[in-house]
Amino acid sequence: MDSNIAALTTIFVEFYFWVAIVIMFLIHVGFCMYEVGAARRRNHRHTLMKNTMLIPLVTVTFFFFGWWIYWAVPNGPGFTGGILWDDAAPNAPWSKNMGANISDRSTGAFWGAFLLFSWTAASIVSGSLLERIRSGAFWIHAVLIGSVFLLIGEAWGWHYGGWMVQLLGYHDAYASGVIHALAGGYALGVLVVLGPRLGKFAEDGTPRDIMPHNPWLVTIGLFLIYTGFWGFYAACNVPIIDPEGIGGQITGITWTATNIYGGPTSLSAITFNFLMSLSGGLLVGYMVSKGDSFWTYSGGLAGLITASAGNDLYHPIQAMLIGGIGTYFAYKLHHWVERTFKIDDAVGAVAVHGYSGFIGIVICGFMLWGAPSSPFEDYAAINPLGQFVGAIIVFVVLGFIPAFIVSKIMAGLGVLRVPPEVELLGLDFRESEAYDNAVADVKAAEAAKAAKARSPQQ
Amino acid sequence: MSTIGYSNWAVDLAEVSAVYPFHGGSIAGVSSEVIMVVIGVAFWLLWHVCQLKEEQEEIDYEVNHENRDENIRQSLERY
Repeated sequence: MDSNIAALTTIFVEFYFWVAIVIMFLIHVGFCMYEVGAARRRNHRHTLMKNTMLIPLVTVTFFFFGWWIYWAVPNGPGFTGGILWDDAAPNAPWSKNMGANISDRSTGAFWGAFLLFSWTAASIVSGSLLERIRSGAFWIHAVLIGSVFLLIGEAWGWHYGGWMVQLLGYHDAYASGVIHALAGGYALGVLVVLGPRLGKFAEDGTPRDIMPHNPWLVTIGLFLIYTGFWGFYAACNVPIIDPEGIGGQITGITWTATNIYGGPTSLSAITFNFLMSLSGGLLVGYMVSKGDSFWTYSGGLAGLITASAGNDLYHPIQAMLIGGIGTYFAYKLHHWVERTFKIDDAVGAVAVHGYSGFIGIVICGFMLWGAPSSPFEDYAAINPLGQFVGAIIVFVVLGFIPAFIVSKIMAGLGVLRVPPEVELLGLDFRESEAYDNAVADVKAAEAAKAAKARSPQQ
Repeated sequence: MSTIGYSNWAVDLAEVSAVYPFHGGSIAGVSSEVIMVVIGVAFWLLWHVCQLKEEQEEIDYEVNHENRDENIRQSLERY
């Protein structure tokens, strides 16, 4: 920081990402509330712990290797070059940049922002698998998606040098694909192997609604996810940078905010589009579900996720309509897949994140057709085919297939799903029994004390 | 050809204004912005029409329910 303006810019950027991380924490608070609200009473503790313990597990593995992967594999390797050893070296866990270091004020804040994207991805998967997956199996999946596959997807399609950006013109400004579609595809891959909850389907295959024990906790949880999403949007931008700092084709001396690719945008643009796509999703979610609170709130989220790929450049009315379209198809696809393939997605996460994310990527290819995917020279322009191929890569190649293979191995080892009798008893049976015994013990002791206290007067 | 009017970012940002798709376009002399507003307003009004219709169906179902009186008694008890 060799000048006052450089110092101010550095401190501002550092603080901007730091605050965004704090706001993004609310996404996880929301996910915990939402899952516990959706689970039945006999599964509350396991549901809460399943989602809570992904925080430390993804955090430590993200420190050990996740962050390094993001910086090492933007080229594939094999598509546009090899492993970027030099770029990745400062982000390895043994690097001096990965700690208190007065000459590097930003790495920790960037690391934290990306880490919270990883928590979100793992948490998206968590909700789908409620009430029958073993916690141990889920936590291995959480590490794999949060610290391996998500980072590969982000390196390929959400990095200024990612091969998908260079060759396909892939554009995904607020991660419709690289986070939401990937996590939705991953959840679907696990669900296919895991199977539905006992009682989910009637003898003739008709799905039953397994109602949340507390729908209000679910909706407040979703509201908190909206709130945290503001931090997520902020963290996807570079708040201010000069053209020289970007290092691309932009000329002149006008400073700008950029998306993750270095392309110009503004907080004003994403504020318009965040609120309008959320509104489009809520309006359609309400109508298509006939006012169901769970699907109305989920519709808001689906609308936001569908428009996110291009929300750096859309007009607000376009964002609203795109959000509405994504929500409609996510709702319809959820019920069609449930009926047709007997997939029990307990919270509709595959639809809200996976299908809307996929649809959002494809729509973005048409809406931003011909627009630059990057400020750097010789990158492919945004186009429908590139976006469609990109959507397949994130949903199927990096989401569904790895999840399916790992789940098959877990099922073969007998560590994926709890036994049927445990599912019926409830995952919390041991704790509930201990709780009841403790309460009975205390009640008996207090009753004895009360009887003793009464006896002298008698 | 680019929907946002720029096919690369080799520009001075001081000279760039709107960058959303179809800005500056027009159909029969009507600007793309006005067309989008018309579509947006139509979507909003359609929502009210559909919502009122849906709500009336719900109210009809509740009013004409075969166990209406018993349902009222149970609802009052449930508070």
